[in-house]
Amino acid sequence: MAATQQFDEPVKTVPLLEARGITKIFDTLKANDNVDFAIQKGEIHALLGENGAGKSTLVKILFGSLQANEGGVLWDSAPVTVRSPSEARELGIGMVFQHFSLFEALTVAENIALSFNAATPLENISTRTRDLSTQYGLPLDPDAVVGDLSVGERQRVEIIRCLMQDPRLIILDEPTSVLTPQEADTLFETLFRLRDEGRSVLYISHRLEEVQRLCSAATIMRHGQVVDACDPREETAGSLASKMVGAEIDEVVHRESAATDKVVLQLNNLNMPSTHPFAVALQNVNLQVNAGEVVGIAGIAGNGQGELFGAISGEDVAANADAVVIDGHVVGNLGISERRKIGGAFVPEERLGHGAVPALTLSDNMYLARHASDSDDFQSGGSLKVIAKNAIKSATKRVVEAMDVRKSAENPPAAALSGGNLQKFVVGRELDRKPVFLLVNQPTWGVDAGAATHIRQALIDLAASGSAVLMISQDLDEIFEVADRIAVMADGRLSQPEPTANMTRERVGLLMAGSSDNVDASGEAA
Amino acid sequence: MRLELQKRAGASTLFSILSPFIALVLTLVAGAIMFVILGKPPFASLYSYFIEPLFLKFDMGPIFSDFSFEGIVPNGWSLEQILVKATPLALIAVGLAVCFRSGNWNIGAEGQYLIGGMFGAMIPVLFNDWNSPLTLPLVLIMGMLGGALYGFIPAILKSRFGTNEILTSLMLVYVAQQLVDWIVRGPWRDPKGMGFPGTKSFNESAVLPSLWQHADAHYGAVIAVVAAIAVWFMLAKTSKGFEITVLGQSPRAGRFAGFSAKNMTVFAFLFSGAMAGLAGISEVSGSVEKLDDKLSLGYGFTAIIVAFLGRLNPLGIVAAALVLALSYIGGEAAQISLGVSDRAARVFQGLLLFFVLACDTLIHYRVRLVAAVEAVA
Amino acid sequence: MDVWISIILSICAASTPLLLAATGELVVERSGVLNLGVEGMMIMGAVAGFATAQVTGNPYLGALVAMGAGALFSLLFAFLTLTLVANQVATGLALTILGIGLSGMIGEGFVGRPGIRMEALDIPILTDLPIIGKLIFGQDLIFYISIALVFGVYWFLFKTRAGLTLRSVGDNHTSAHALGINVIKVRYLAVLFGGACAGLAGAHLSLVYVPQWVEGMTAGRGWIALALVVFASWRPGRVLVGAYLFGTVTIGQFHAQAIGIAIPAQFLTSLPYIATIVVLVLIARNRRMTMLNTPASLGQSFVPDR
Repeated sequence: MAATQQFDEPVKTVPLLEARGITKIFDTLKANDNVDFAIQKGEIHALLGENGAGKSTLVKILFGSLQANEGGVLWDSAPVTVRSPSEARELGIGMVFQHFSLFEALTVAENIALSFNAATPLENISTRTRDLSTQYGLPLDPDAVVGDLSVGERQRVEIIRCLMQDPRLIILDEPTSVLTPQEADTLFETLFRLRDEGRSVLYISHRLEEVQRLCSAATIMRHGQVVDACDPREETAGSLASKMVGAEIDEVVHRESAATDKVVLQLNNLNMPSTHPFAVALQNVNLQVNAGEVVGIAGIAGNGQGELFGAISGEDVAANADAVVIDGHVVGNLGISERRKIGGAFVPEERLGHGAVPALTLSDNMYLARHASDSDDFQSGGSLKVIAKNAIKSATKRVVEAMDVRKSAENPPAAALSGGNLQKFVVGRELDRKPVFLLVNQPTWGVDAGAATHIRQALIDLAASGSAVLMISQDLDEIFEVADRIAVMADGRLSQPEPTANMTRERVGLLMAGSSDNVDASGEAA
Repeated sequence: MRLELQKRAGASTLFSILSPFIALVLTLVAGAIMFVILGKPPFASLYSYFIEPLFLKFDMGPIFSDFSFEGIVPNGWSLEQILVKATPLALIAVGLAVCFRSGNWNIGAEGQYLIGGMFGAMIPVLFNDWNSPLTLPLVLIMGMLGGALYGFIPAILKSRFGTNEILTSLMLVYVAQQLVDWIVRGPWRDPKGMGFPGTKSFNESAVLPSLWQHADAHYGAVIAVVAAIAVWFMLAKTSKGFEITVLGQSPRAGRFAGFSAKNMTVFAFLFSGAMAGLAGISEVSGSVEKLDDKLSLGYGFTAIIVAFLGRLNPLGIVAAALVLALSYIGGEAAQISLGVSDRAARVFQGLLLFFVLACDTLIHYRVRLVAAVEAVA
Repeated sequence: MDVWISIILSICAASTPLLLAATGELVVERSGVLNLGVEGMMIMGAVAGFATAQVTGNPYLGALVAMGAGALFSLLFAFLTLTLVANQVATGLALTILGIGLSGMIGEGFVGRPGIRMEALDIPILTDLPIIGKLIFGQDLIFYISIALVFGVYWFLFKTRAGLTLRSVGDNHTSAHALGINVIKVRYLAVLFGGACAGLAGAHLSLVYVPQWVEGMTAGRGWIALALVVFASWRPGRVLVGAYLFGTVTIGQFHAQAIGIAIPAQFLTSLPYIATIVVLVLIARNRRMTMLNTPASLGQSFVPDR
């Protein structure tokens, strides 16, 4: 495959793991279709693909969480059947999940102990946890309760848990999606060390720059099939992207900031105490979003973004009314329906179960978010508030057409839509109202590239038409692509927003890590 | 072999309609097995349980003895008795449907039923001579008020402090039973009642009239049907019904919609409490015509079964209430004709709820039997 | 002095069924399952234990059969909620309704029959020791089992690997499944254990505490046991404290009735139920503690994806 042999590249002999003809069918969907690929010893191998390309299914089959319908796996050139994760671990395969499979109520040591088959005494596990975590530069307290750890620390638990088994192959699923750029660098150091010890790493990601930095081989999947195998170092980000997507994606059309002087959203010393033990308190958040601009809020998950969404949308009501001002209305003490009535629109992070009720139809979910703002159209019968089903249906149809929502039935339940299509609907539902102010949290999380571009473009266009848009996102690429100004959320505090042109990833990374000096010094350009 | 479930993309309409019927059939099968174990002829027993009461006009003997009609011991017509039993069941279950749909577990309807009966009895007991066209409406309103107030206790405890409403509402049933027991033996006892616990009989204007002359069935049945239709309309057509559904399925999405789960808890308990209270007072004022110590017959618990058998749909609940009422009457009939314990009726009811819940699985999942060891390719 | 000893003994007797049922339910809830059918399993245990003792004349065999009956009955719940993923709250209610009905039918022939009491321990010398003799060496077998059970459950949950597995299932069933733990199996076993405990609790009622068969004799004790688990914030030691607190309230109101306090008996009878509500409110007010201790997947159905 590789045209040139470089000195740090292992000589390709017998692959450590080889998958042949893996096919997995769910219902009618072929999640994996005759997948072949091989991982060499001592190599960091990228598995690239969009959401829904079949990466997770493949990995779950390799790790024994799922069973393939057809095909098999060779380990050290011997055929093996992996019936369960514990069998995988016995072979020497370890896995770090994207959504951590950790137990919040248990301690670090207890969490690690659970993946051991033998009844190893907990004390031994504590000691070894300490040793390994220092050895690989990932410090951890074995007696800490996982619920109290930060996201980055939780990932360390996953990695140490995996390394305790002395694996020969380590699978990492989107590991940097929860890390600051600086934390990611530390992780890469650890991965290089593992490679140098002769271990193999299967690195699942859609972040092309990382893959180019780390990996010496890549397998690219699309629609459940392997479409290409290459050396990512010899590709450009663009060529990798088009292999992943299969066609050129439309670029988001940039335009000059259309920001005006009109302040649409103003937060004045917004404080919110934390409502439950694992929540983050908002502390003195100040922000101003003007008509015509998109302000992006970056930050690592769990630093108060959800709480900020609640406070601005009115799901949580602030103690003082003037903490939140929307379009000149003092609304800090008003609920979400009142804020909608004056032109506020909100798209939460979770589509199913927050932005939409899974079992209800699209038109019901239309009514869900707009019964108050569109009561004139959507209700009849005075105080009886009889639902005007036809008006809602036609509004739903309008949104479906405007956002190109693909669906299997006329008016299917929300749960029946794919993530990308439901997200388009949930965003489109608000855009259709032509809101004065739109707050959106993680607009393209888990959405395929085509839908993501569509949504980002829609946000930019909304701002261009004179609305104010506030976008919370953990995806730095997205922030830099869409936002006119960028602020960073860390531990419930918000940095001063600065024009995107003045921001660098490094500075955002430092702010994400909660470096308060930087917050104060934000007046000077980095 | 083991069962494997596969989530359906959406709820199956077919099984939404079929599942209560499948549950009924399974209950009958289980019942037949039970009769075999008890050494009774299964088909004859089932017949006397569920078919006979529909046609037979037999002497109910001492069970439904009613001495109020100039010395005539009436032949209890079973269909009418079914109506009498179905009335409180339907009233309570319609209220519970609203409550359960909204995600609030009121299982203390029996208590709210009792307190409703007690509150409603307050006017005819304390102002026995007050005869006015307003008396009956006021009695019914008092009954609803009593049930609602008693339902308010678990509701406010849940919404203010996060106390588990299942446990508090249930504990309050025991408290209500004691309270009613005390009041009919103590302060409200009829001094001319020959020492029996119970109040004076209500005067004419406080009695819910019979549906026809000399009938046991009273206008409570009409109220129940009207209430069921009204609640059906609310649930299916109005914004309030939407709010109830959304908060029940996804409180977080409900919050996003601007609905308050706490206010809903209070509303749902007040509403279901009022309905249970109405059932209580209609039983007191329509059937017994006084408050005594035998008001607690477990209708509040049986209504939970009615609500689920009716799939939390008020119209379905009216039908389900008739089915459960039939099981009561059938139980009494079978005891007379076959010597089967009347407690078998309770067993039937318990089994029915089990099968209803089991069959609900079919609505959301495809169920398959698979071999224990999966073939490995 | 003797009066106090007999009062303490009666408190032990009143507390034991609560303690047994609550400890069993604690294990069930720690595995993430909310079985509201404790009352139903308990009364099935009571009737099965009583009937067996009547037929065989052996109360110990009765207790054993009661445990089996409770476990068997809980299997119904487990099949519905774990295999068919039915709603746990509704299924628990169904279990209680069915249990009360079925026990009534089974026990119909036993109503009014004199019970066969499980005798208290009588060890020469030791039982005759002043004060502590009766308390420590002179109680029935089920009492000792109940105390041992609390410590056993504590040890199991926090000191053994199997206990860790059970807690992990209750905390996050998806993760446990990803680690290769058989979530459904763990939960089946926990539910069965809870059923056996509730059955034994019922046997204590019909073979020691009352000892007779009275229809509906559990009188809400199963529900109080459920409340105790919440009160104890899922800790075995606190279940012990809570159960004895309730036992004391129960006995206290009996004695208050007996000495003819000028409060209607009905109000005194209501006391344990009112106390339950008060305790639930007090514990719920400390929301942080409740949230930290509640098993995170409590009451949620689990369907493995495959």
